[in-house]
Amino acid sequence: MKYIDDFRNPEVAAQFVRKIAAQGQALAAQGRRVHIMEVCGSHTMAIGRYGIRPLLPESVELISGPGCPVCVTDPGYIDAALALAGREAIIATFGDMIRVPGSDSDLAACRSQGGDVRVCYSPGAAIDLAKGHPDREVVFLAVGFETTIAPVVCLVEEALRLGVKNLSLLTAFKLVPPALRALLTDPAIRIDAFLCPAHVSAIIGARAYEPIADEFRVPCVISGFEPLDILYGVNGILAQVLNRQAKVENRYARVVRPDGNPKAKARIERYLEPVDAVWRGIGVIPASGLALRSEFSGFDAAKKFAVPVRPGRQQAGCRCGDVIKGKLRPTACALFAKACTPDHPVGPCMVSSEGTCAAYFKYGMPDEKRGDKQ
Amino acid sequence: MSADRVIQLAHGGGGRLTRELIETEIVPRFGGGPLRGLPDGATLPSPGELLVFTTDSFVVQPLEFPGGNIGDLAVHGTVNDLAVCGGEPKWLSLALIIEEGLPFAVLGRILDSIRAAADACGVTVATGDTKVVARGQGDGLYVNTAGIGLAMPEFALGVNKIREGDCVLVSGTLADHGMAVLSARQNIGFINGPRSDTGPVHRLVLAVRDLGGSVRFMRDPTRGGAATVLNEIVGECELGVLLRERDLPLAPATAAVAEMLGIDPLHVASEGRVILICASEVAPAILKRWRALPEGAGAACLGSVTRDNKGRVVLETLAGGRRLVDVPRGELLPRIC
Repeated sequence: MKYIDDFRNPEVAAQFVRKIAAQGQALAAQGRRVHIMEVCGSHTMAIGRYGIRPLLPESVELISGPGCPVCVTDPGYIDAALALAGREAIIATFGDMIRVPGSDSDLAACRSQGGDVRVCYSPGAAIDLAKGHPDREVVFLAVGFETTIAPVVCLVEEALRLGVKNLSLLTAFKLVPPALRALLTDPAIRIDAFLCPAHVSAIIGARAYEPIADEFRVPCVISGFEPLDILYGVNGILAQVLNRQAKVENRYARVVRPDGNPKAKARIERYLEPVDAVWRGIGVIPASGLALRSEFSGFDAAKKFAVPVRPGRQQAGCRCGDVIKGKLRPTACALFAKACTPDHPVGPCMVSSEGTCAAYFKYGMPDEKRGDKQ
Repeated sequence: MSADRVIQLAHGGGGRLTRELIETEIVPRFGGGPLRGLPDGATLPSPGELLVFTTDSFVVQPLEFPGGNIGDLAVHGTVNDLAVCGGEPKWLSLALIIEEGLPFAVLGRILDSIRAAADACGVTVATGDTKVVARGQGDGLYVNTAGIGLAMPEFALGVNKIREGDCVLVSGTLADHGMAVLSARQNIGFINGPRSDTGPVHRLVLAVRDLGGSVRFMRDPTRGGAATVLNEIVGECELGVLLRERDLPLAPATAAVAEMLGIDPLHVASEGRVILICASEVAPAILKRWRALPEGAGAACLGSVTRDNKGRVVLETLAGGRRLVDVPRGELLPRIC
């Protein structure tokens, strides 16, 4: 814990808060207001957990982005998982997916009606399930960004090594850089800078953001998930904004390398290829997903069982799509904390432990009304 | 007697084996007091005062965990419920629902722990019951205890007594029990991992008896942790609570495991702690007396009662920001007690 405590030191935090306040004043003096998108759901939760938002000056706004894998999963994906459960497959999944709404139902309801849905804490548990039930098909719900993709594709490698044939993946892998690009090209969204993800960047490397910073002239600062990391990241962004710079800066150098993790990247490259992907609330983003290469299609549940993933229907009134894009604060959604709560979630942003709405519900302070709408 | 003997269904059948179970396992440990001669009920002296009466059932898995087992937990749970109601614990009932196949060795260890915990708490097991259910119909052992205590007239507790500026105290580190059980259950295999804090709090309550008039409220933060206790309080009054993250007492192993698993220690159960709200003037005296007792060595002031943030529990974080402390959602840790 000592290692972590150093990144939570109250005195150092106070120093950063003072620096950021001075930067905020300088911006305000120029009549400027900065919209920083924290891309990653773990950043959103950390910002809530450490009460970072109220520490920032009026001229600096943190907007939560699309970096929660559960939240951007289309309802049609859940529909496909439900169809597979209906065919007597064992559905193995990370816990967050259980309550994500599909078009008409969710996996929790499916399970209570007798569907075999098992929660796994690691992808390896899916292998154990497949070995333990050789007469059944096991489908792992392979959802996630670059951080999760690398360990999940190792599942395929492991299944090949062990000769496990009754395991397959229903993939909805997503890539962060294409999503950033899509958000920046949407004229309805104002983003002045990105606080880039910590663990995704550990895989893809700091250089992955360079084309975005150059083309769109937005500062991209990579930060860790501890409170000092986040304050340090915001401080770096504001320095760039004040100096009218737009470059990639790695403020999580204790973990993130310029070229990322070559072993993980090689694994991803070996098993997966880019595909267009549907993002809940955003729509189709070209080459923003990854699917199994054709030589591994025996592990692709959608192909193995001919259950294609088709776009689904969202719940009426749910504005998770606008929340994911940073266009709407959760507190400004008519359903927030009324019809939609963690106990009775309407949309995925309230379900996931990394969801923006869940973070606002769990940690949000009552006086945090400022900037309800951009 | 073979070392690997197990409970059979016939041990609950009322015949010879039942008698043997009672005579070999129960009577030697508990047969000295009101249980002598195994009457159907205990006859107790009436002290002519107000009584406090409570009951609790224990279904924890695993039955034995670092720092305790279902037996001492069952004693402490009921003793603590009596104590935080301002009761001086006196008598317990003990009901065992045993699953066929439970090794006698395990049952013996648990009964020893019950006896030791009852002795340490100064309570008498006055009556009891034993049932056996078929294999697959229980989870080794379920325990129910009920307890009777003498109400201490010095305490007049109630949420309506809480005032702005009152102090929120806790008698020791938070979340140890829940994290110990979770670690044991998931076979996570930590070296020097969390240890349950299961233990009695009645001596902590007795130690502040003469300050009872300034004590507003006491509760043991079991299921749902300190966050749940404090949210229940602010839900019932026109006040808020402000906690300081830097003052939360956490054992290093518990803090590390909670961090690793992404669990908020404020959401996790203790089984040997009391949260006490008192007038600020008496807080230093209470902390001093608690810290002089082994079970109160880690006592701390977590924060205070505020007029702001009515109905909310707010945490001042290490980073200096403030955030809401919500109640835990869903089944974070089922069957921890």
